[in-house]
Amino acid sequence: MLSRTADNLFWIARYIERAETAARLLEVGARMALIPSAAGYRNEWDSLLSASGTADGFARKYGDPVQRNLESWLFFDRDNPSSVASCITAARENGRIVRTALTTQAWDALNTAFQELRTLERQPRSALELSRLTEWTMRHAALVRGTIDATLLRNDGWDFLNLGFYLERADNTARLMDVKYYVLLPKVEFVGSGLDNFQWTTLLRAMSAHRAFHWAYGGEVTAGKIAHFLILNTQCPRSLITCAEGMMTHLERLARGYHRRTAAQEAARNLLSKLAELRVEDIFDEGLHEFLTRFIREVGELGAVVHDSYLHGDVR
Amino acid sequence: MTACFNEMFEGGSVRPPYARLQDWMAAMPAELRQMKQAEAESLFRRIGITFAVYGEGGDPDRLIPFDMFPRVFSAGEWARLERGIKQRARALNAFLVDVYGRGEILRAGRIPSRLVYQNEAYEQAVAGFVPPRGVYSHIVGIDLVRTGPEDFFVLEDNCRTPSGVSYMLENREIMMRMFPDLFRENRIEPVDSYPEKLRRTLASVAPAKCDREPTVVILTPGHFNSAYYEHSFLADLMGVELVEGQDLFVEGEFVFMRTTEGPKRVDVIYRRIDDAFIDPLCFRPDSMLGVPGLMDVYRSGGVSICSAPGAGVADDKAVYTFVPEMIRFYLGEEPILQNVPTWQCGKAEDLKYVLSHLPELVVKEVHGSGGYGMLVGPKSTVDQVETFRAKILANPSNYIAQPTLALSTTPTFVAEGVAPRHVDLRPYCLVGERIELVPGGLTRVALTEGSLVVNSSQGGGVKDTWVLAE
Repeated sequence: MLSRTADNLFWIARYIERAETAARLLEVGARMALIPSAAGYRNEWDSLLSASGTADGFARKYGDPVQRNLESWLFFDRDNPSSVASCITAARENGRIVRTALTTQAWDALNTAFQELRTLERQPRSALELSRLTEWTMRHAALVRGTIDATLLRNDGWDFLNLGFYLERADNTARLMDVKYYVLLPKVEFVGSGLDNFQWTTLLRAMSAHRAFHWAYGGEVTAGKIAHFLILNTQCPRSLITCAEGMMTHLERLARGYHRRTAAQEAARNLLSKLAELRVEDIFDEGLHEFLTRFIREVGELGAVVHDSYLHGDVR
Repeated sequence: MTACFNEMFEGGSVRPPYARLQDWMAAMPAELRQMKQAEAESLFRRIGITFAVYGEGGDPDRLIPFDMFPRVFSAGEWARLERGIKQRARALNAFLVDVYGRGEILRAGRIPSRLVYQNEAYEQAVAGFVPPRGVYSHIVGIDLVRTGPEDFFVLEDNCRTPSGVSYMLENREIMMRMFPDLFRENRIEPVDSYPEKLRRTLASVAPAKCDREPTVVILTPGHFNSAYYEHSFLADLMGVELVEGQDLFVEGEFVFMRTTEGPKRVDVIYRRIDDAFIDPLCFRPDSMLGVPGLMDVYRSGGVSICSAPGAGVADDKAVYTFVPEMIRFYLGEEPILQNVPTWQCGKAEDLKYVLSHLPELVVKEVHGSGGYGMLVGPKSTVDQVETFRAKILANPSNYIAQPTLALSTTPTFVAEGVAPRHVDLRPYCLVGERIELVPGGLTRVALTEGSLVVNSSQGGGVKDTWVLAE
């Protein structure tokens, strides 16, 4: 397969996953904004921008982080490369370039999302509830993933798509958890309070993992259980370890198919084995924020190794 | 203009090729027709065939109107067309080999040398080089119009990279899906072997240094190009990679593409980009589209480029006038298809004639395309004619003039039912080890009543084109 084609497929998946995260961030923010604010809290919307990594761009364009502006920025704004609109457009454009590497159904799903987006953009903003926007995004992300999963040949292209999904999701789960860090940073004494748990629950809801969490753990919602669930539990579809396993699986498939191992397999194995040996206590000892920051960096490095090994095309 | 040839109705009776379409047409009430039309449109949208034919630009997501009423040729009519088209494709290629070699036709004084050697499309860089099998133009698109039962005229030749063939294939696909009965009742020659024939044609001109099953690729300028859909469609149907310049690189004597498994050698490049963009080292240093060093590999027999760089000199509007000469000179035959008589406004004598007959002529810019910047005399007001006269006088050599042909019409679905509309035809002739022509082509139709301009940017549409079996 052409390296550029693999690159396009990889980015289709990353953009779709990223669009979904932007929508989930909006949902987290909107729910957190419903709690009465108390002195010592940072503005929740601020924290959300920090986690999305787009705070500077927002401040330049809008200044004050009020909900309406956040909605514009995270959903509609083309100046924000991580907004839902930017990501869906970019995913569809990547799809158009490699149209023939996709099935009709997968292309249809990408194209429909794009066409509906254009319709949404033409509607008056006052007619668009935030919840409708987030649900819309998740529905279309699910359609794209579903058509890819149900209709595509299990060839190298499928592996590059899945690699994109898992890599982006690993990054995004870590970022969503980091929102929590930003919210609570100034007042460590809030840890374990009722408010603290409300925020953790909100995070679970935003990842559509609220019910799943209760099935898996039961009882009190504690920071330890949630961190375990979202980082170390292989049953949780968005946990960091699940994503690391997914990347490993697809990189191994590529190595077998091509009869060639690269630095990417080794990097993925490192990432996975470190997670597998980790206990939740270790994470809190290191500091959740510090751990997540390091993890996000390592995922970024893995992405670079994947790029150099397969997507750049200069490997001999 | 009133007496133009109707391909279906002649003197109150139906011409034989269209015989079975009479009932079909009659059995199509307005509601059914609208339903079918909507169905066709959604099928086109779904497969994503949205592009502008002939590089006319515009919205890349635009659909070209599809008319469901097919255009039909009998086996006999087609046999003659086929001979004429193949003859022309042979002569054009012989001409290209000649003008990049000894230039016999120029020495013999049959074509003025300056028309060739001073032509912008003449590539000095390939003079003296003979491409594999002596083929420069591997896909020759010949634009034809008809004025009577036996009268076909060539409007222009396209020797570089004629587009639109995906429409020929998709139009047929959609007609077969929507009207399977029509295909049972009529014996219609299939066109779906085109991609396979194209692949074989390209593989047959593999370079001298290729000692294995050749690897063929299509080179596209990229997804912003208006014909990108066609490029990816053909790559898909031929089972070859669709590459951009950045995917290829030259190392040693060969060209390679960057793949996820490392470099892979490429033997034949079907390029859909212009000569000027092929190799920044050889042509335009500012081009981002090409592959540095590609021309060196080409000239040393490491890769084939289709169409060959320099092929454009054969389809220039000024050279066009001499194609009948080429046929006589190289093949020793009489041309089967006629040229449209053409006056070059750059010649004093011709200019004089043109200026005194403007209201009855069609005047075009030498390098214009897409139906823009032209005057259709009989359809224009006195003011328009006078404005155009001033333009011609300001720069005579920029214009050519032709008589207004009474283009044939075929029945076409319009708001009020069925009505005659003017059509043209572009068949695609393949030249490699053999010369082949699939029985069909792209029929363009001027959907506006009385209009002679079939370009999609000016209200033109497309039709399925049938050739009936014997």
